[in-house]
Amino acid sequence: MKVTIDGIEIDVPKGTTILQAARMIGPEVAPPAMCYYSKLKTTGGYCRTCIVKVTQGSTANPNPMPKPVASCRTEVMDGMVVENYTNNDVLEARKGVVEFLLINHPLDCPVCDQAGECKLQDLGYENGSAKTRYEFKRREYEMIDIGDKIKLHMNRCILCYRCVKTAEQITDGRVHGVIHRGDAAEISTYIEKVIDNDFSGNVIDVCPVGALTDRTFRFKQRVWFTKPVDAHRNCDKCSGKTRVWLKGEEVVRVTARKDQWDEVEEFICNSCRYDHKKTSDWVIEGPSPIHRSSVISQNHYQNLNELKVNILKQQKALGFIPFDKKP
Amino acid sequence: MGAQVHGTQEFNKAKRAEIKFSDEAMNTVNIIISRYPQGKQKSALLPVLHVAQAEFGGWLSPEVMDYVAEILKIKPIEVFEVASFYTMYNLKPVGKCVLEVCQTSSCWLNGAEDIVKYIEKKLNIKVGETTKDGMFTLKVAECLGSCGTAPMLQCGASFHENLTYQKVDTIIDEYKTSNKLRSYTDLDYKNTL
Amino acid sequence: MGRKLLIQNDKVPGIETLAVYKAHGGYASVEKALKSMTPDQVTEEVKKSGLRGRGGAGFPTGMKWSFLAKPEGVPRYLVCNADESEPGTFKDRYLMEKIPHALIEGMITSSYALGANQSYIYIRGEYFYVSRILETAIAEAYAAGLLGKNILGTNYSLELSVQVGGGAYICGEETALLESLEGKRGNPRIKPPFPAVAGLWGCPTVVNNVETIAAVCPIVMMGGEEYAKIGIGKSTGTKLISASGHINKPGVYEIELGVPVEEFIYSEEYCGGIRNGKKLKAVVAGGSSVPILPTELILKTAKGEPRLMTYESLADGGFQTGTMLGSGGFIVMDEDTSIVKNLFTFSRFYHHESCGQCSPCREGTGWMEKILKKFLNGTANESDVDLLWDIQSKIEGKTICPLGEAAAWPVAAAIRHFKHEFIEIAKNKKFVDISHYERLNKIRV
Repeated sequence: MKVTIDGIEIDVPKGTTILQAARMIGPEVAPPAMCYYSKLKTTGGYCRTCIVKVTQGSTANPNPMPKPVASCRTEVMDGMVVENYTNNDVLEARKGVVEFLLINHPLDCPVCDQAGECKLQDLGYENGSAKTRYEFKRREYEMIDIGDKIKLHMNRCILCYRCVKTAEQITDGRVHGVIHRGDAAEISTYIEKVIDNDFSGNVIDVCPVGALTDRTFRFKQRVWFTKPVDAHRNCDKCSGKTRVWLKGEEVVRVTARKDQWDEVEEFICNSCRYDHKKTSDWVIEGPSPIHRSSVISQNHYQNLNELKVNILKQQKALGFIPFDKKP
Repeated sequence: MGAQVHGTQEFNKAKRAEIKFSDEAMNTVNIIISRYPQGKQKSALLPVLHVAQAEFGGWLSPEVMDYVAEILKIKPIEVFEVASFYTMYNLKPVGKCVLEVCQTSSCWLNGAEDIVKYIEKKLNIKVGETTKDGMFTLKVAECLGSCGTAPMLQCGASFHENLTYQKVDTIIDEYKTSNKLRSYTDLDYKNTL
Repeated sequence: MGRKLLIQNDKVPGIETLAVYKAHGGYASVEKALKSMTPDQVTEEVKKSGLRGRGGAGFPTGMKWSFLAKPEGVPRYLVCNADESEPGTFKDRYLMEKIPHALIEGMITSSYALGANQSYIYIRGEYFYVSRILETAIAEAYAAGLLGKNILGTNYSLELSVQVGGGAYICGEETALLESLEGKRGNPRIKPPFPAVAGLWGCPTVVNNVETIAAVCPIVMMGGEEYAKIGIGKSTGTKLISASGHINKPGVYEIELGVPVEEFIYSEEYCGGIRNGKKLKAVVAGGSSVPILPTELILKTAKGEPRLMTYESLADGGFQTGTMLGSGGFIVMDEDTSIVKNLFTFSRFYHHESCGQCSPCREGTGWMEKILKKFLNGTANESDVDLLWDIQSKIEGKTICPLGEAAAWPVAAAIRHFKHEFIEIAKNKKFVDISHYERLNKIRV
């Protein structure tokens, strides 16, 4: 099926969504996504940041679609023409979505562990306004621990549902979910129950904001002062392929490896995540590929050229298209 | 407004062990479940929660929700997600009579606000509160489909329409003297299913 | 007097019972359809009738039925949407309460046309007492062999049951309704797939409004062509209108589509004019979500033609000068009504009813309510009007389901036609509710 996005044509298999097709072309046309997660089923459609304008439905039916559509949940048709960054209405609508996502967000980035790797920060920076027009008191919840390793900071949550779908699809018993409704909706466990199962920690990795953070890493270090390396170990629960975040020789955090779109490549178990915090636990493969626009790429590598070569090598091995900034 | 208390609730195992539907209520629950195809018993959740609320004092405690989850073979969080989504399920104890005054457009055009104020004064409670004797809880509701007979209030399954101050007096007096549970608990399941 | 096809017998004593209902010609459409027509023939008559969905969207019913996927060996479902919750609308409640068998008859005939052997009536939880009336009527129908196995001795079998909701306006949206019927939160589904392909439990499903389903009975009896002769153009047949607000005779009226709005408001047959001899100020013609229109635009179109109670005439002029027939929730406001305060009750409603799934609606509805509250407190600025306009424009069309539009349209229309009221409050830093005293008099007995 042929689809044209922002003037670039690509051939994709049937069943591909507009967002996937756009990612195939590259970051220059790919819409931002806060709730969609290609590794999880039935995600997407909620946050509305990836909305695009379909100016031609298909060759067979060339009419435009009346409303902007969520690109993550709309499949392409043969001959479809889509406008994303080239359409002012789309950019304006997205700006509106960013504003909605931020009106009740605490903007506590200076004390948030997610700062530096937060998708909402990026989204706000790239698509939002400099000033807020919201003058009312923001929603506030008490912070709680859900389990001894996960902190839930509901104020920061954008209700993307990713953690709920992760618990449902990756773990064997979901004990948390979304309760209440409207702007009172919140992530909660049923009773004061800990989320404990071997894969529960993955909810931290899929969270696009600082709502779910790793208590073993909390306030330890700003991410841009750490050095992420890809590493592995023999693990009987998961593949053991992880990303280990180093500060000097100290392992400050272990996460899953993430791809170009900041999505987990393989979900990892809690044992790898929490219980192996010594460098000797891991076989280090080399520096992790980090987007050069990311603040994390500003960390203390000795030789930047060497780093660049390494990253390019790794990207090639993983089949990545070289990163480029959006127009 | 301070920080909101999180939805997470206390759970009492001893209390949970005591919860059991009466035979009559269980019979109703089974009839409801039989209305859906095999394996789709989760569909019965909303009506079964109504039965549970009627059976266990007009509200759904975490223990009751856990019990319902067991009956329908679903996860407790699925019950909590649903019970907290819909307005008719009370997650906190309420008075025997829950007075819900509609406040949307047509009812407002016909004086709903003053009816609310009148009841507040009469019962000496604010919206959302319960009288000290545990008799009345006052709530406001959004459109209850009684726009042509506005203003109105709902109590249990009953609609009280074309309200005046005098009518409010009569309704409250009636509920006081009848001493019957009215918070969706006067719903007679046995005779109608 | 216009013709009545749905509630002509509403005043007959005992009409809620099967015996009286049958004595007045009830269940004739079941007899006729099951014994002398094929399912496709029934669908064909509905198509010919031009019947449009009476829940609000006005989508042609016959077309909706023809979209239903019919894969071999997969059950199909008919679900009746009795989750009537649009502010200003109470016609389905009236119909079900007075003549429950009219809905059940329609369910049987329609289920037969669609090939459904299990159907559900999803009714809002607040209408609990109405659900009891339906349960009683359904039990009667089972006992009379009108439901269950081999209805009236034919090969056709149908199980029909009622499900009560839990209190959520959003469940009137058909996919949210299906979620709720499956025992879940009423979160609308992302479409496609549409229910006609994957609906209840993933099976092909048609969801129709109470009035739509009840209208199938007269259509089968008189024939689609005859039904289509009632009304004007593409607005065929009769429609139940829920009339409320500052009128002398609030209530449910069955009209032949095409009655002039002016006649509907002022004639003794319908609303009987504005109460207390006041002047008309504005009308919300089709339930809270449709644009409010001031007197000059509700009585006449921008072209100066009389406005009629039809889908087309009410929509004439688009949203600039027109509105929609919607669900037929007709709210009338007199000269003393504050449009801003009325809008506040709408915005509070949509804020309260947002499911919270998608961000523009979840965050935007509450924001609009808070700004409108500023107007009532007398703390709003003139710039707040522009802000409101901008917020509604950023919700409209950006959400998963139509609740976004439903929340945005009333705000847009109030500003479009009554901007001066907002500006006046902002300038004077004071909100005066002049109709308050009149209201107080009515209830202070």
